[in-house]
Amino acid sequence: MKNYTDKEMMALCAGRLVPDGAVLFAGTGLSMLAATVAKRIHAPESVVFFETGGIDPALDELPLAVADPRVMSGSAMNAGLIEAFSILGHRRLSTIAFLGAAQIDPYGNLNSTALGDYRHPKVRFPGSGGACDAASLAWGVIIFMQHEKKRFVTQVDYLTSPGWLDGGDSRQKAGFRRGGPMAVVTNLGILKFHPETKRMYLAEVYPGVSVEEVQEKTGFELDVSQAVATPAPGEQELAILREEVDPQRLILGPAA
Amino acid sequence: MDLTGKLMTAKEAVEKFVHDGDQVSLGGFTLNRNPMSLVHEMIRQGRKDLYLVCHSHGQAMDLLVGAGCVSRMEIAYGGMGRFAPTCIRFRRAVQRGQLALEDYSNYQMSLRFLAGAMGLPMIATKTGLNTDIVGKEGFDPADRGQGKVPVQKLVVGDNPFAPSGDKVVLLPALNPDVALMHAQQVGTDGTVRIKGLSFADLEQARAADRVLVTCEQIVPREQIRQDPDQNSLPGFLVDAVVHAPLGAHPTACHYFYDYDPQHLKMYGQMAVDDDAFRRYLDQWIHGSRDFEDYLAKLDPAALERIKADPVLGYAPGLDRR
Repeated sequence: MKNYTDKEMMALCAGRLVPDGAVLFAGTGLSMLAATVAKRIHAPESVVFFETGGIDPALDELPLAVADPRVMSGSAMNAGLIEAFSILGHRRLSTIAFLGAAQIDPYGNLNSTALGDYRHPKVRFPGSGGACDAASLAWGVIIFMQHEKKRFVTQVDYLTSPGWLDGGDSRQKAGFRRGGPMAVVTNLGILKFHPETKRMYLAEVYPGVSVEEVQEKTGFELDVSQAVATPAPGEQELAILREEVDPQRLILGPAA
Repeated sequence: MDLTGKLMTAKEAVEKFVHDGDQVSLGGFTLNRNPMSLVHEMIRQGRKDLYLVCHSHGQAMDLLVGAGCVSRMEIAYGGMGRFAPTCIRFRRAVQRGQLALEDYSNYQMSLRFLAGAMGLPMIATKTGLNTDIVGKEGFDPADRGQGKVPVQKLVVGDNPFAPSGDKVVLLPALNPDVALMHAQQVGTDGTVRIKGLSFADLEQARAADRVLVTCEQIVPREQIRQDPDQNSLPGFLVDAVVHAPLGAHPTACHYFYDYDPQHLKMYGQMAVDDDAFRRYLDQWIHGSRDFEDYLAKLDPAALERIKADPVLGYAPGLDRR
């Protein structure tokens, strides 16, 4: 039996992907957790900022939303949205954004707006917020997804946040100067994007997960030929995550 | 300059400055510094057909939508973080087709307020190219160009300064009829001071025809001018000032109080059911004479728990589950 939960594994895996010294753009939920994890464990020289304008806050307590007063405390500066988005797209900064979504396609395009017809939606979600901006302007994007067939789809119902668009050089042709998704971290493994075609492939599977299970829960054909096993989380990583980052388990949820 | 003629109750401010059909911007962001005392008053006075323009909004927006005050909205996000990943009454109204809705992104909405504040008709950006924010429209084409509805949602064009084919998104500026905001302090000269993050409140205020400010404290002119670097807006941009302590409850107000997890949880439970939501409105808003009366109905121990630490700005150790 594994002694950790999917959310713990996802937060730690995302943290491991962050190079030290990165400038991290965090949203709500798991993405908040991952940015805090990266700063506390894997990339201590990184800084976290929020679209609301909180730049490099202390994060002594976990914020529950990007406008939580905890993103304004002990910060380098407290600004506003215009300033925060100027940092997000700043040409000198390798900004990395964490995003989640309801749907993702093979090129990492995301839907966080609606299911069904946009004007008469079956299900309405919150909308872009700053997600479209992060996906458009950041140097790189790390995506969180629950790995389900209905979420990994050939075509998203509404394209909220641009990934690699139609693959190849289509993102560049559309007018974006940089960016694009780096990886998708799910509850089953880690997916990356082919350097030329920009199509999603399976890069890692978690302990106890089979490649077949991943393919079965993905709504499109996945190249699984390069998949390797992800190492299980270390005791120290888990201890910091549980005791320092989210002691109330506000985002982690029930323990294993 | 002083507050003569500007200092009033929330009831007077809404009567005088917020009209049916107005285009209204809401200050704050999701669960922080929502102008709740003004929003309660708008619901009590039964404002109708409001046209909300928002970046990311939560409690104030959800209440106005749920109470039937809003018919049209341009928005980037409707959510309350963990308390409501999608705002509950907002979601319901959209799924029931009760709202004319147009989606933009947060940066796009902020830029539109900024353009309005700068007196520009439009502003260019690189965000949103080739997305459905660009490709799909929510408003009925027949409404385009009517009132404050922009003639087009946005336009993708060529950057005229690049050699060839560099695309940009052109966004229409926003100049709301009314901007509502809650601040920590207002001086007796009308000077506004926002502590913590300003979000897009200042762009909204500078873009709007009328500006309504509620505040935790009214402080002497000499005091607020001792440190002008900390000030946010000059008094001559402000039309009404309302002294409303706890005026953002149940959302947070930096250095004064945290968000109220208990109240937000209770709201979330009631908002999922039409009858229970009506009971929420009756009990807390229609059944209250004014915002002070609403505050008097809250559990004093809960208000004590959300009191902010003067250095941290929030309530450390607050049970937020």
